[in-house]
Amino acid sequence: MNICVLLKQTFDTEEKVVLRDGAVSEDGVKFVINPYDEYAVEEAILLRDKAGGTIVVVSVGPERTAEALRTALAMGADEAVLIANERIGGDEHAVSKALASYIGRHSFDVVLGGNFSVDNGAGQVAVRVAELLGMPHVSSVTKLTVDGASATALRDAEGDTETVEVRLPAVFTAQQGLNEPRYPSLPGIMKAKKKPFAQLTLDDLGLSEAELEPRTAREQLSLPPQRQAGRLLKGSAAEQAAELVHLLRTESKVI
Amino acid sequence: MSQTYVVVAEARGGKLRQVTLEAVQAARSAKREEDRVAAVLIGHAVEPLAAELAGYTDGPVHVVDHPDLELYNPETYATALEAALESLAPSAVFLGHTAIGRDLAPAIAARLGAGQISDVIAIQRDGGGEEASFTRPLYAGKAFETKRFVGDGVRVVTVRPNNFPAAEPAPAPGAVVSVAYSAPSDLRTVVKDVVRKMSGKVDLTEAKIVVSGGRGVKSAEGFKPLEELAETLGAAVGASRGACDAGYCDYALQIGQTGKVVTPEIYIACGISGAIQHLAGMSQSRVIIAINKDPEAPIFKVADYGIVGDLFEVVPLLTAEFRKVLV
Repeated sequence: MNICVLLKQTFDTEEKVVLRDGAVSEDGVKFVINPYDEYAVEEAILLRDKAGGTIVVVSVGPERTAEALRTALAMGADEAVLIANERIGGDEHAVSKALASYIGRHSFDVVLGGNFSVDNGAGQVAVRVAELLGMPHVSSVTKLTVDGASATALRDAEGDTETVEVRLPAVFTAQQGLNEPRYPSLPGIMKAKKKPFAQLTLDDLGLSEAELEPRTAREQLSLPPQRQAGRLLKGSAAEQAAELVHLLRTESKVI
Repeated sequence: MSQTYVVVAEARGGKLRQVTLEAVQAARSAKREEDRVAAVLIGHAVEPLAAELAGYTDGPVHVVDHPDLELYNPETYATALEAALESLAPSAVFLGHTAIGRDLAPAIAARLGAGQISDVIAIQRDGGGEEASFTRPLYAGKAFETKRFVGDGVRVVTVRPNNFPAAEPAPAPGAVVSVAYSAPSDLRTVVKDVVRKMSGKVDLTEAKIVVSGGRGVKSAEGFKPLEELAETLGAAVGASRGACDAGYCDYALQIGQTGKVVTPEIYIACGISGAIQHLAGMSQSRVIIAINKDPEAPIFKVADYGIVGDLFEVVPLLTAEFRKVLV
C-alpha cells in the first residue's frame, strides 16, 4: 500500500506571535510538524507496518520545512518531497494545486493530512487535493481501518461520531485521538539521513506560475488587543461566588 | 449588475442552525446594495425549514430534499450543492465554519476553482467600494489577518459561529424552489452510522457560555460539578489539552490552538493554568472567569474576574448562586 502524507511545518503551539515589518516574525521561533500532520505521519507508519508499501511525506514550503520532513523520515516515513513555495501563490487554492499535481503523477492508495494547520487554520488544502484528484475524502478522522480496496473511518463531527466507508484511493485528515505519535528514535534519526529526499520546483511538476495564481490575498495583519488582567475577588468562597454572580449581572451585564 | 450571494443553510434537530442566520447576516454585510442573498438547503424532509429560511432571504431558497441526503456525506452533498448553485450562478457562497461547512466549503471551492476565506469573524466594506475585506484569526487568535479575494472567480466564505448577529427577517420573503437530486454516478462514500453524542447538548463553538476544566479537575469524575454548573447555565462543557491528554475527557471538548476556538459571552475556566496554546483558543471570549488554586496561574492575566480557591468548593457554590438568580 502506497501512502502519501501532506505535511506542513508550523510554529510550536507554545510560541507567541510577534509582528515585525508587517509580517509574523520567525526570529528564535521553534518549528514543529503541524500537530495534526504528526497524527497523519503516525497513522501512515501504522498502516504501512501492517500492509507493507511505502510512505512519501510531501510539503509545499520554504527551505526550513526540510527539518520537519526529516523528522517525519526519522519517525519512519520512507521518502520526503519538498516543493519549493517561491513561485506558488500563497493561498490554499495554489498550494493544493501544486500538491495535487505531484500526487497525480504517482499512484497512492491512501493520502493522509491533518485536520487543519495550527497556524493558518483554514483546513482547506487536504479536501481541495481530494477534489482535484477526484478522490473521496473523510475529514477529522479519529479511527482508520483499511481493508483491501476500501477503508472505514470514524469522523468526529462536533462531538458526534460518524462511521464512513470509502473506496480507495481516498484522502483522510487526522483529528486528535487518532493515535499517539511516536518520538523519532536515535537509529531512526541516523537512518533518515540516508532516505530519499527530493526537492522539486514548479518546472518538475510541469506547472506554470499562471496556473498557481492565488485567489485570495492578505491585506493586513494585526495582533489582538491586549487583554487586561481583571480583579481577584475577596472573601470566603461563598462570598466570592455571590460577588461574582452579582458582578456578572450589574457590571458586565452578561447574565 | 445585481449579483447573488448564496448562503448554504444547515439544519439540526429539525431546526435551522443559528449559524445559518449569522451567515445570512455576514452575506448581507459583504454584498453591495443591489445584490441579493439567496440560500441552499440540503437534507431530507426539510421543506418546512426552507419556507422559514425564505423569510430571511430576498433571493430564492433552493431546496434539495431527498432520502439519500438525510445524513451529511461529502460526496452527495457536494453534488447536491453543485446542482443547486448552477441556476443561481452565485458570485459568492457563504457557509458556517462547522463540521459540515468546514468539509463542504473547500470541496465546492475546488470544484469551482474558487478562492476561499475560512473562519471569518468580521467583514468590512468601506466607502461603497466594490470589494469587501474579511478578517480571520491566525494561530487560533494569536494574530488576525484581513484578506480580500483576487480575480473574478466565485468567492467562498466560511463564517465562525457566534461572531455575527443573527439576520433579521427580510422585508419580502424569497421564493422556495425545489431542485431535483441526482446521485453521483460513481458514489464511493457511504455513511454507515452516526452516534449522536451531542444531541440535546449545547455545541461548544456556538455556546453563549462555556464551562471549561483543566488538570485541576483531576479525574473524569471531577468534571461532574462543572457539568452541573453548565446545565444550570445552559452552557457547553470544554476542557484544556492537559485534561484531554490525562484522559479526563474526550478530545472533542478540547479548547486551544489544537482543538477548538471558542468566543462565548462568558468563559469559566476551572483548574486551568492558562498555557499559551489554551489562551489562543478562548481569549476572545467576552467575559473570562478563572477559578484556580494558584494565584500566580497565567489564566488570571486574561481573566476579568478571578477566584483563587479550590474549584471543588467554589464551583458548587457558584451553581447554587446562579440557581438563585436564574429561576
